[in-house]
Amino acid sequence: MTTNDIMKPENLVYKKPKLLNDKTMHYCPGCSHGVVHKLIAEVIEELGLEDKAIGISPVGCAVFAYKYIDIDWQEAAHGRAPAMATAIKRLLPDRLVFTYQGDGDLAAIGTAETIHACNRGENIAVIFINNAIYGMTGGQMAPTTLEGMKTSTCPYGRDVTLNGYHLPISNLIAQLEGTRYVTRQSVHTAAAVRKAKAAIKKAFMNCMEPEKKGASFVEIVSTCNSGWKMSPADANVWMTENMFKAYPIGDLKNS
Amino acid sequence: MSEEVRLMKGNEALAEAAIRCGCDGYFGYPITPQSEVMETLMKLKPWETTGMVVLQAESEVASINMVYAGAGCGKRVMTSTSSPGFSLMQEGVSYIAGADLPALVVNVMRGGPGLGTIQPSQADYFQTVKGGGHGDYKQITLAPKSVQEMADFVGLGFDLAFKYNILTVILADGLIGQMMEKVVLPPYQKRRTEEQIRKECPWASLGRTPDREPNVITSLELEPEPMERRNIALQAKYAEIEKNEVRFEEIMTSDAEYLLVAFGSAARICQKAVEVARAKGMKVGLLRPITLFPFPYGKIKELGNQVKGILSVEYNAGQMVEDIRLAIEGKVPVEHFGRTGGIVPTPGEVLDALKDKIIK
Repeated sequence: MTTNDIMKPENLVYKKPKLLNDKTMHYCPGCSHGVVHKLIAEVIEELGLEDKAIGISPVGCAVFAYKYIDIDWQEAAHGRAPAMATAIKRLLPDRLVFTYQGDGDLAAIGTAETIHACNRGENIAVIFINNAIYGMTGGQMAPTTLEGMKTSTCPYGRDVTLNGYHLPISNLIAQLEGTRYVTRQSVHTAAAVRKAKAAIKKAFMNCMEPEKKGASFVEIVSTCNSGWKMSPADANVWMTENMFKAYPIGDLKNS
Repeated sequence: MSEEVRLMKGNEALAEAAIRCGCDGYFGYPITPQSEVMETLMKLKPWETTGMVVLQAESEVASINMVYAGAGCGKRVMTSTSSPGFSLMQEGVSYIAGADLPALVVNVMRGGPGLGTIQPSQADYFQTVKGGGHGDYKQITLAPKSVQEMADFVGLGFDLAFKYNILTVILADGLIGQMMEKVVLPPYQKRRTEEQIRKECPWASLGRTPDREPNVITSLELEPEPMERRNIALQAKYAEIEKNEVRFEEIMTSDAEYLLVAFGSAARICQKAVEVARAKGMKVGLLRPITLFPFPYGKIKELGNQVKGILSVEYNAGQMVEDIRLAIEGKVPVEHFGRTGGIVPTPGEVLDALKDKIIK
């Protein structure tokens, strides 16, 4: 049997989710966004929520998330996605309302909206991509940038006397009575991708429960190989050696 | 059924009217002198009757973005605030304009700049009429002069917002918000069903049904040519509004030799000043713009051919007067009289100013 004998449509076991369209993504090769987009599309399809899902895209690299996943979307002002999700979920309680946000959006300019939406116990899901840098604007320091890490606005490395400390915001979020599920995942290996998908699925299923039991918050510790100025493979190694120390993978709250 | 006459504060009447006008959601943050709006709504619990959502947000930044999102779902949503809060909202206001969304914002103005005062003011005229946020945009601006108009302009504001997919601002002053008057509240109107919204607002992001493409609410367009086309379309919409929606009230203008122009509660003071002047044999009239955008340039231009001079009376240092001068194009003297800091002038002061600055 040759390879060509195997490569037939009837033998195809892996399919791209229908909701993920064929537009060329603007993400850099090696970026984690594409993988997480695919997981979201897969989960929505598996849960049969294509007509119930309303996503809120952020300001940041994922600003164009709405171009790639064929559901209804709203594009937020920088940091305001959780406030928007709050309103949509309150007005349309039977919808799946989720935000998709980066670290600058969620943990710097949108900290108030993030904390308060979670603290109100909104029945929403927050997908939080933490790559410790501002990707879209060209690699500036983020609230989650690690001490000593170099970015274009801390070119000599993040100095705590100048810039303070990396912000493990998921740990803060987990302290709030208003959250029911807070987890930190990654997508750098096949096993990690599966766990991240299970986390997103749990978060989305939580949102569809009629009782308001609290917000679900999924942090994905991610790479930004362009911003970090590394190859995709090196970025994965650097993430596991450095990011995972500051942002340990696993559930922070699961109730 | 007999008309229901109530004695209420402007802020309370506005809240009652919101429930009766089929409003789907109110998102607000407390600030004097308009806190009675949310207080009234929370007391009335409309979520148990009409199903209207009422939510106290963590800031005006959050509340305007809640309005942006609710409007993106085609819902009749609103917020209310006062001047410093309206400044914080300018980000969301600009996004609402950029995304062509219908919504209602109430600004019960207080004196500024900065934290200023909690007393009445009309100093947010420029901010509202000329655009306080970034980008080229306009918003329909209604200026109520009474508690009755506070109630009536909620329904009108929503109707205009949905007619043009634009933000309507009810620009009241602290006096209108706080004073009590008789008011006849509007009749109850049912909230629209989701089917109605899907039909009337086919662009709304309510969840994608299999029969259509995804609906995306956004103001983002990185390519210059489509972005310019969006701007041209916005300007065309504003031109249409300027053509169709100018509203004003004339009091004793037909034979007037001198004209007062004032909006909101300042117009009530000027109304009294006109009465006093007429009793003294002075031919003074009043033009009250009800819409500040669109501004009644045409009517003022027309009156400019008749009167010897115009005094703009405002609770600010001179803002609307610039639009009057644009309309008059130097044909007759146009002067401004105003008080700031939360001080409301008396009819006597208005007439003295008319004599000093115009009649001479």
